[in-house]
Amino acid sequence: MTAAAGTAPIRVRGLSKVYDGPHGPIVAVDGIDLEITSGEFFGLLGPNGAGKSTTIGMLTTRVRPTGGTAEVAGIDVTKNPAAVKQRIGVVPQTNTLDRALSVRDNLVFHGRYFGLSGRESRRRAGELLERFQLTDRADSQVLTLSGGMAQRLMFARALLHEPDVLILDEPTSGIDPQTRINLWEILQDLHAAGQTILLTTHYMEEADTLCQRIAIIDNGKLLALGSPAELKAGLDAESLVTVTFDLDADAIKSDVEAIAGVARVEIEGPVARVFTHDASGIVGQVATTGARHDLSLRDATVMPPTLEVVFLTLTGRAYRE
Amino acid sequence: MRVLAALYSRDIWVLRKDIGQFLVRVVMQPLLFTFVFAYVFPKIGQGIGPSHHAVGAPSFSTILVPGLIAVAINFQGIQAVALPLVQEFSYSKEIEDRVLAPAPVWTVGLAKIFSGATQSMLAAGIVFPVVLLVHAKGEAPSVAIHNVPLFIFVLVFASLLGSAFGLLIGTTFEPRKVPLIFSVVLLPLTFLGCIYYPWSTLGPIPWLKWAVLINPLVYMSEGLRAALTPTLPHMPIWGFSCALVFGVLGLTLLSLRTFQRRVID
Repeated sequence: MTAAAGTAPIRVRGLSKVYDGPHGPIVAVDGIDLEITSGEFFGLLGPNGAGKSTTIGMLTTRVRPTGGTAEVAGIDVTKNPAAVKQRIGVVPQTNTLDRALSVRDNLVFHGRYFGLSGRESRRRAGELLERFQLTDRADSQVLTLSGGMAQRLMFARALLHEPDVLILDEPTSGIDPQTRINLWEILQDLHAAGQTILLTTHYMEEADTLCQRIAIIDNGKLLALGSPAELKAGLDAESLVTVTFDLDADAIKSDVEAIAGVARVEIEGPVARVFTHDASGIVGQVATTGARHDLSLRDATVMPPTLEVVFLTLTGRAYRE
Repeated sequence: MRVLAALYSRDIWVLRKDIGQFLVRVVMQPLLFTFVFAYVFPKIGQGIGPSHHAVGAPSFSTILVPGLIAVAINFQGIQAVALPLVQEFSYSKEIEDRVLAPAPVWTVGLAKIFSGATQSMLAAGIVFPVVLLVHAKGEAPSVAIHNVPLFIFVLVFASLLGSAFGLLIGTTFEPRKVPLIFSVVLLPLTFLGCIYYPWSTLGPIPWLKWAVLINPLVYMSEGLRAALTPTLPHMPIWGFSCALVFGVLGLTLLSLRTFQRRVID
């Protein structure tokens, strides 16, 4: 089922969510604008607490927006949530499988909730179990599934009714690396087949590997939007050279800032973080500067432009894990 | 409303799978109760209720039957709805599985009320033979469905009332407090629900007679009393009928609202 031609699968304008906190209002999402095109693989990247899950909550009609609009396949999420739910497939952050039902029955009943006949439901369930390699566990209780299998079943469940958009909230959080790679392959196959996918994650590598376009979000605000390559090549993208000395390095700050090509310097105790557009030779120059102030080099690392560096530059602070 | 039907059939499917457990749960209390009060007591000469060997006086079991069925309906209805909610609202948020169905959120709550009511009616069906058969010789309850439409009306509305109440409890209190509510709320409701004595006989304790009118169980018991043992004193039909109908409408609307508020941020 695809959206009507010309309707963006997801369109968000000025979307906000403000909660009443004990010490005043809490702004979880602060005026986000987004538009996702049909067949696109889009990522929402940001640390825990950035507002990603709240944004997804509003798109999936689980959270009521306090400002702005959100439309899925042209349908307003507040005006017709039932119709929105018909068009989205959701893989939530926690395991929400029906524990009273077997693996197969989870899919069969899901199909029936979505209007499929019993027979059609069973047929599609069989196909998806096959595709996600769950057929030999079809009659097991969901409690007996490993984390990876449960996640695959949630993927299958989300796809059973052929949604316009597949929405995943931190799909590989807490999953072992091998299963993570398997799930990435599944997502890449789905994307290749034309599925529109919206994913949230706090793993830079995941967004970089999978997504065509990424929105970087923190403190409820959209900080940057573009393809991974665009973000890494942009003005915000710099190499990060981290030099650790044996003693407090405050004294060298202004001297290091004066080095050609250095965009920004942060000193934290003995650690100097130097953001530069051209890392070649920087380590040597910083070390020399340090030596002039009687500081000895203990460690030095060079990080080429990655999304992580983009993020650190945009927010101007250390990444919260 | 095919989503409602699908959600309902899921609950019934789960009930069928666990039917053994359900039967044991339903039978235990009424079985023990009738065994002690309608079999053991008369046999050992211990009396209870109105002077029980007086000519023409109803046996205790006759008074008990409508009451025990009402308890079964109420208890099973509340349990069937409130207890699963504890798990569904827990960390894993299993309720999401149902709430993401393409229908308004209250549909999920309504399906729960309907399947809870179904369980209540099934429970009534199981308890009926138990209380009819378990008694000492000569203590048989004189019970029959004298008024079939009235009986069906009371059965259906009492079941819906119990389930709506269960949904309200399950969505108003924190999941971990729900078992506590069972002992704090359900126990007084049961003991003061006119199970073991008809409401009209509370004349000598007027404050209690009026106080228990907020207890939904009273209307269920009295309604069943009217349908099954009409010769015994019972609340006027218009009395419990109004209470049941308005109770169902009111509690359903209220509980669906609290359900929606619990589920959507």
